[in-house]
Amino acid sequence: MLGRLTTGGTMGSENGAAVVVGKGIGRTYGEGDTAVAALRGVDVEIPVGQMTAVMGPSGSGKSTLMHILAGLDQPTTGSVYIEGTDITKLTDTALTKLRRKHIGFIFQFFNLLPMLTARENVLLPLTIAGEKPDPKWFDDLVERVGLADRLRHRPAELSGGQQQRVAIARALVSRPTVVFADEPTGNLDSTTSGEILELMRMSVEVYGQTTVMVTHDAAAAAMADRVLFLADGRIVRELPRSNRHEILAAVETLTVR
Amino acid sequence: MIAFALRGLLARKLRTVLTALGVVLGVALMAGTYVLTDSIDDAFHSIFKQTYRNTDVAITGKSAFSLGDNGATAPSFDQSLLPQVKALPEVQAASGLVTGDAHLIGKNGKAIAFGGAPNLGFSVDPAQPDLNVLALESGSWPHAGEVVVDRTTAGKKDLAVGQTIGVQARGPVEQMRISGIARFGTVSSIGGATISGFDLATAQGLFGKPGHLDEILITGKPGVSTAALLASVQKILPANTQVRTGAEQASQDASDTSGFVSFLRTLLLAFGGIALFVGSFVIANSLSITIAQRTREFATLRTLGASRRQVLRSVVLEALVMGLTASALGLLLGIGLAEGLFKLFDAVGFTLPNNGLVFRPRTVIVALVVGTLITLLASLRPAVRATRVPPIAAVREGAKLPPGRLHRFRAAGAALLALLGFACLLYGLFVHDLGTAQVLTFMLVGALLVFVGIAIFSAQLVRPLAVAANPVARWSVIVFSALVWPFFSLPYWLLRYGAWGPGSVPRRIAAFVGGAVLNPLILLLVLVMMLRRAVSGWRPEWPVDFPGVLTERSATRIGNENSQRDPQRTAATAAALMIGLALVTLVAALAVGIIKPFEDAVDRIFVADYAITAQNNFDPIPTSVTAGAAKAPGVESIAGVRVGDGRAFGKTIEVTAVDPQAADVLRIDWRQGSQATLAELGADGAFTTDSYAKNRHLRIGSPFTVETPTAQLMHLRLAGTFHPPAGGSPFGAVTISSATFDRNYEQPKNLYTFVRMRGGVTPANTAALTAALASYPNAKAATRAQFKHNQTAAIKDILNVLYVLLALSVVVSIFGIVNALVLTVFERTRELGMLRAIGMTRRQTKRMIRHESVVTALIGAVLGIVVGLILASLLTARIDFIEFVVPVSQLVIFAVVAVVVGIFAAVFPARRASRLNPLDALHYE
Repeated sequence: MLGRLTTGGTMGSENGAAVVVGKGIGRTYGEGDTAVAALRGVDVEIPVGQMTAVMGPSGSGKSTLMHILAGLDQPTTGSVYIEGTDITKLTDTALTKLRRKHIGFIFQFFNLLPMLTARENVLLPLTIAGEKPDPKWFDDLVERVGLADRLRHRPAELSGGQQQRVAIARALVSRPTVVFADEPTGNLDSTTSGEILELMRMSVEVYGQTTVMVTHDAAAAAMADRVLFLADGRIVRELPRSNRHEILAAVETLTVR
Repeated sequence: MIAFALRGLLARKLRTVLTALGVVLGVALMAGTYVLTDSIDDAFHSIFKQTYRNTDVAITGKSAFSLGDNGATAPSFDQSLLPQVKALPEVQAASGLVTGDAHLIGKNGKAIAFGGAPNLGFSVDPAQPDLNVLALESGSWPHAGEVVVDRTTAGKKDLAVGQTIGVQARGPVEQMRISGIARFGTVSSIGGATISGFDLATAQGLFGKPGHLDEILITGKPGVSTAALLASVQKILPANTQVRTGAEQASQDASDTSGFVSFLRTLLLAFGGIALFVGSFVIANSLSITIAQRTREFATLRTLGASRRQVLRSVVLEALVMGLTASALGLLLGIGLAEGLFKLFDAVGFTLPNNGLVFRPRTVIVALVVGTLITLLASLRPAVRATRVPPIAAVREGAKLPPGRLHRFRAAGAALLALLGFACLLYGLFVHDLGTAQVLTFMLVGALLVFVGIAIFSAQLVRPLAVAANPVARWSVIVFSALVWPFFSLPYWLLRYGAWGPGSVPRRIAAFVGGAVLNPLILLLVLVMMLRRAVSGWRPEWPVDFPGVLTERSATRIGNENSQRDPQRTAATAAALMIGLALVTLVAALAVGIIKPFEDAVDRIFVADYAITAQNNFDPIPTSVTAGAAKAPGVESIAGVRVGDGRAFGKTIEVTAVDPQAADVLRIDWRQGSQATLAELGADGAFTTDSYAKNRHLRIGSPFTVETPTAQLMHLRLAGTFHPPAGGSPFGAVTISSATFDRNYEQPKNLYTFVRMRGGVTPANTAALTAALASYPNAKAATRAQFKHNQTAAIKDILNVLYVLLALSVVVSIFGIVNALVLTVFERTRELGMLRAIGMTRRQTKRMIRHESVVTALIGAVLGIVVGLILASLLTARIDFIEFVVPVSQLVIFAVVAVVVGIFAAVFPARRASRLNPLDALHYE
């Protein structure tokens, strides 16, 4: 068994402070004899302005980790800090407020609301928070994700790739502290996947958007500034920005192990 | 968020419409009721206002006490008052009049009557037409031996000025000349009543009121205030009269009809309320299902920063918009309904006065508020459930709603609710000294709690009930299919075979012709399909299995399992039907429970051969009829039973009186006294029911006093007591001799006359009696069986009206089942695709859905019938004259109806399910 490889206890990295910090995260499902540990004490820091990919085989706990970092799930042990706030201790209302300001989501199945147009879907986080969109920012965002001529369409009238573009724009529109992407290309063909990944990379390069992406696609992970590998509920390896082959090789070592 | 909620509704049009239909129908009935009754009220008021258009004040007779409801009218007064009134300096003009029942005899010799409407007669004063209650339309005012009739009757019966017509009031028929056609107030007639007018002397003779008046209508001199006129009339007023302003008198006259109108209003509103109650179950159920299906959507909203409160608000807002829209639609539908009801009443001969539909602001406000409020209330629980959706459900496949905190106590809480409901019912029914309003409140609250409690608790019963219903559903569907097979399934198959099936041309032609002969309607359908095939190149399905009636066990088994999958949902769907069926069962049980003891009572008491009653079975008729019938050859004994109001021991009671021969025609269960008592009552003898004598501490020989409406005091002594059977008796609390009655009551009338004839019931005797009654067209003779049938016919009519009104809530519950099934099919799209992909045929899919529907309907029926019987047993335990009888044949019919409801509710959802393309269904996300 490999030892723990983490980025260590420092609150900084080459690009600045870590905006999301997980400390000793453990997550157990079920009780007694049937208890299953999904995470066994994970320490993780997500540096600002970077894209961090989380990889690992099925059942490694990568999705659970992301859900806990994003405040969707509660860890059994440990804490998660977003911009210094321990989100595991927040009430539902406070957590809701935090989501509005700090968190954006991109889902595998897009999760667009079928009765709203693309434009309304993109603006939904602002509508919910009761905020007015900055028109210049909105126009720029829509232009960059390539939706300018699709804004009046409903999700059912859009292709999978276009739907995910809407979802990306929705995640970015409120300029959140961090965007969590859960297998964003898991439901798309390879060409479309490439376009979507380019788009996400663009958001990091142009907007400096801190992003956490869970994926089992090496091509996706190759877009990240940093790749964390999970196995059996622990972070077992970390790579800086790497190409597909290096990542595949790393995955290989994990599964062969 | 508002846009979001509205879009949600629009995106789910079909579901929204099906969900809201209950509210639309309930509100329609409520709004329709208000419009209908307001219009009637308004029309009546304008009629009576018109009647008293020139009357400043009116004098009427005054009863010594407030009268009961057996048709008694205020006593008349001496006409010597009229000249005194005319002599008053403030009086410009005064006119005296008498009123009474006057039957017009049609050309066929029968009394003219429309429905159960009255036959009103008035005196008119040709000299003072301004004060007449009737207004002349053509011809002239009547003189001695003449009559004016209302335009509607004249029109319906082809009566014209100059013709001769028979008129009968107190005595035998008199022939009179029609001098004119008149109308009553602003309308030609009210409620199908016949109206006739006579000159004063003729009317006084006809109505048996010589020298008497019922009313004096007075106009004051110009410049004299109504108050001054009232004061001046007051001074000369005898004790047995009273004076009111014309306006007061108009609303007094209208109050009789107002009573009827407000009864009609309460009745219809109650059924509108029931439909809304059932509708609220449908809404709550549909919304819970929809919300369970939208779990992912709500979770996504939560991840995007929506608070619980925002989720709650969006669901409640949806309900608000749906409720408002449904109520507005219901309001519009209600206006149409009122119009339709007017036409319906008209069609059955009961013409309601209608001066145009009256649409009060109250109607709009009540309809919108009640409809919206009920929708909102029904949405609360589903809305709260929606807020419990955790954000993480956005990323989980097939996420289920988490059970609420109180989930564990659900069954116990529901049982408690139902028990509390029963406690309320028992308290309302059996605790003495509660006011009517209190009793009704307790019963209403109790019934609501019982229904809600059982609806929630029944989730626990779904599994065993579904298992028990399985074979019933299977076999009843088989029987039903077999019944319709020759008329629907077979011709449909034959026609399709003929149109595009394989095989030789002669065979196909034979099949097509055979199918067309069996059901020409389906021929039309297939012709449309052929046209479509020719035009659009659409290819209808073939081969089609030869239609069978046996259901495949595999399909019905999955259907049965499906019905047990979500017991709460099945229970909630069945609950809507349960409420409707419980009320129908209750009504049926009560009706049977009333009729049976009544018939038993008639069998016990009625030992005569014939009974003579009014044509409408319940109006008291003049005593001269009894005298006339006595002259028929073969009459051995004859006795009338008089009825009137009296006051004894400070309370208004029903006083009856019997002729001495009653001992031969009626058998009474005497406690004290004997059959001989009937003939020995004499001038002061009276017998009472045993309970009346006991409560008033009367013994044989005890003196007591009964006051008549004309303030005569009858000093009586107790001569006997009897025990009336549960089904009632022809006698009131106190019964005296008819001689005493006739001495003290104005215008005595018989409710029944019983006759014993030589040889019993024979065609010859019937003919003799009928001949003797020929000059009394309003009377008819009936044998015991006919009498029982006539007397219970009214109950059966009422029963049918109640069934029709309750059918509305059953219709609402049908839509509830349809909606739940549509939602279920939608939810199981992927599963249905899988079943089709592994080889389930379309027909099997349909049968699976249909079986689930029939099982659900049967669960609703069983629960409804049981609850209905329990409610009936409680009510019958409280009410003396109703026995608890299980209406077996009706219950069988209700169960069959439930199966048919299940089959029909499944038609549309099953079609949708069978049309799913397996591939699309599997892709469906």
